[in-house]
Amino acid sequence: MNKRTTLLMGAVAYDPKVVNIWEGFRQYFSQKQLDFDYILYSNYEQQVEALLAGHIDVGWNSPLAWLQVECIAKKMGQRSEAICMRDTDCDLTSVIIVKDDSRLNKLAELKDRRIGVGAKDSPQACLIPLNYIANSGLDPNKQIEVVEYDVLPGKHGDHIGGERKAAQALLSGTIDAACLIDSNYLAFSLDGSLPSSSVRVLDRTPHYDHCNFTVLEGNCTKLIKHFRKLLLEMSYSDPNVRPLLDLEGLKQWLPGRTTGYEQLETAVKRFGTLEPFIRRFNL
Amino acid sequence: MNQLDLGDLRFTEGGHLLVKRAIGKLNIGKEIVICGQDPDLEVHLEAWARIEGHRIKPSTESNRFKLCRGAAEFKRWQGAKQTGDPDPFKPESIAETASQSWGLAARGAVIEDGTPEFNFQLTKKSQVWADEAVRLYAQAVSAQWDPNTAIPWNTKFELQTEVEDAVVQLMTYLIENEAAALIVPSRFVAQLHPHFREVMQLLAIQAADEARHVEVFTRRALLKRDKLGISTVGGQASLKTLVDEPDFAIASFLLSVMGEGTFLTLLRFLEHHAPDPVTQTMTRLAANDEARHVAFGVAHLKESVKHDPHLLDRLNQSVHRRHDALQHIVGLNQEVMDALTLITAGGWSHQALRKGSQQVTKLIQDMDSGRRNQLLRLGFSKEQAATLSELHTKNFM
Repeated sequence: MNKRTTLLMGAVAYDPKVVNIWEGFRQYFSQKQLDFDYILYSNYEQQVEALLAGHIDVGWNSPLAWLQVECIAKKMGQRSEAICMRDTDCDLTSVIIVKDDSRLNKLAELKDRRIGVGAKDSPQACLIPLNYIANSGLDPNKQIEVVEYDVLPGKHGDHIGGERKAAQALLSGTIDAACLIDSNYLAFSLDGSLPSSSVRVLDRTPHYDHCNFTVLEGNCTKLIKHFRKLLLEMSYSDPNVRPLLDLEGLKQWLPGRTTGYEQLETAVKRFGTLEPFIRRFNL
Repeated sequence: MNQLDLGDLRFTEGGHLLVKRAIGKLNIGKEIVICGQDPDLEVHLEAWARIEGHRIKPSTESNRFKLCRGAAEFKRWQGAKQTGDPDPFKPESIAETASQSWGLAARGAVIEDGTPEFNFQLTKKSQVWADEAVRLYAQAVSAQWDPNTAIPWNTKFELQTEVEDAVVQLMTYLIENEAAALIVPSRFVAQLHPHFREVMQLLAIQAADEARHVEVFTRRALLKRDKLGISTVGGQASLKTLVDEPDFAIASFLLSVMGEGTFLTLLRFLEHHAPDPVTQTMTRLAANDEARHVAFGVAHLKESVKHDPHLLDRLNQSVHRRHDALQHIVGLNQEVMDALTLITAGGWSHQALRKGSQQVTKLIQDMDSGRRNQLLRLGFSKEQAATLSELHTKNFM
């Protein structure tokens, strides 16, 4: 059992702004009498290992990292818990887009075509949409050619670069379809990267959830309760808090839920995504 | 229930602006139906609503979506403040003290709560404001002149060698003085809270005026020569006391009222006695600009004196202090006095020199009289005005 008086949180440094975000939170929590500090990792796998080893108390986890923790913790006889998430982590979708003049009209027609995805460990721009395509009857390993636009592996697709490259490749005709999270599809459409009427949505996945603060049950209970309470109390009307929420891309923290990870769970089972990582633990 | 039909307008082609406008009119928690023919409407609307903090309710109808207004936008602007009014003549449009957290926002803008604190030094209306600034700025803008076209550079004239030398020396002196007159308002414009917009604009255009003066005096000096004149320790020591002055009221007083006031008399004198049309035109134009600078200096100091009865004492002391600091400088401004005499004389004949000398003596008296008038306008007694004018730097500026 951890006896620390400082709550240690791990986050992945997918962008320099991550330092500003958590430094801001550290100062905010300090004003609220929570001794909080953060450790930045270059990839989620290191962060998951650190959480499972008790080096950190909370992991700000991608959905894939959540599944990694959940799976390995279970094998270690422990339980993981998602204590909080952003309002913007709930009910996302991914889209499979094609050029507007493409002859493709349904997923089945992607057979033998080149499909651009983001980083291969990106739930939103690779695993979930490829799983969705697989559900339609196409085997992504055999019946389509998956082209990875891998920017910063280990970041689980947090960096927007991979999806942007996939979108560019679609426009240039290098690939026949591209997989993007819906918010990036909107962003690329609004900023002109995907000019209006240049592309269309071929299909769209069901809703799923994204990041959460993950803890191991029974660890630092008091500190974690305090941390969760402070997160849920953060109000967008507070001018001291608002810049932090804006930077982290949310309007409100919500209690964590784990009902939105089913598609990803199916995907990682189908593609065997977790196995190489689990083997590191010799369980 | 309200409904917004985007028709064939795509969400990303501007449709989002219509949605934003429509939802902005709703109370928090109220709903609006959004419909349209954009095939991507659902995917874009859902992503947009999530990012903006609104909610989409499930709909069974194709391309019709219920959008429920969230509270984020309301929360963002909950603590926002209005900061005065853009019209400076409306009651209470100018704050007595401008808040550092208003930052660079336009006066009259609604400012989001939480703006970072700036560090402007001049935040009090009583320190900086004069209603005159509005009129003077408008006048300054309309009176801007182009050195290339406003001055008859190509007019043919020839002066006696030493008279031309005297003009070059005078121009050399004017340039360094105008440099000081450029630096002082520039320094304070950076310290002034932008809430006092008209004063900020006026100080900026004042600096631009001086930049033009520096240009034309340089061009005149080099019109017939390829070298400038001399710059003395005394002249620079005097100007340094002006440039180093950290207090806005004192710096304005020493520069605009005492210095530029004296310069105004000098420039009018040169306009009258100029030996050539180029010098005559540029001194006339520069004098018009300096008159505005003096007018603002006097106007805002008169306001400041109303709010701070001790200000006159501080201004009084500043002249004494400057005089004491410059006491050890001998022969201050002799080269300028000599140049002025020769320019006014126009030649070396006894009669001309006598006349020139008399005119320069009259100039010094006029400068003194002009300074005393301005000092009286600020509220100094006759005796104080006479003493202070007497103590003013012999460098004029």
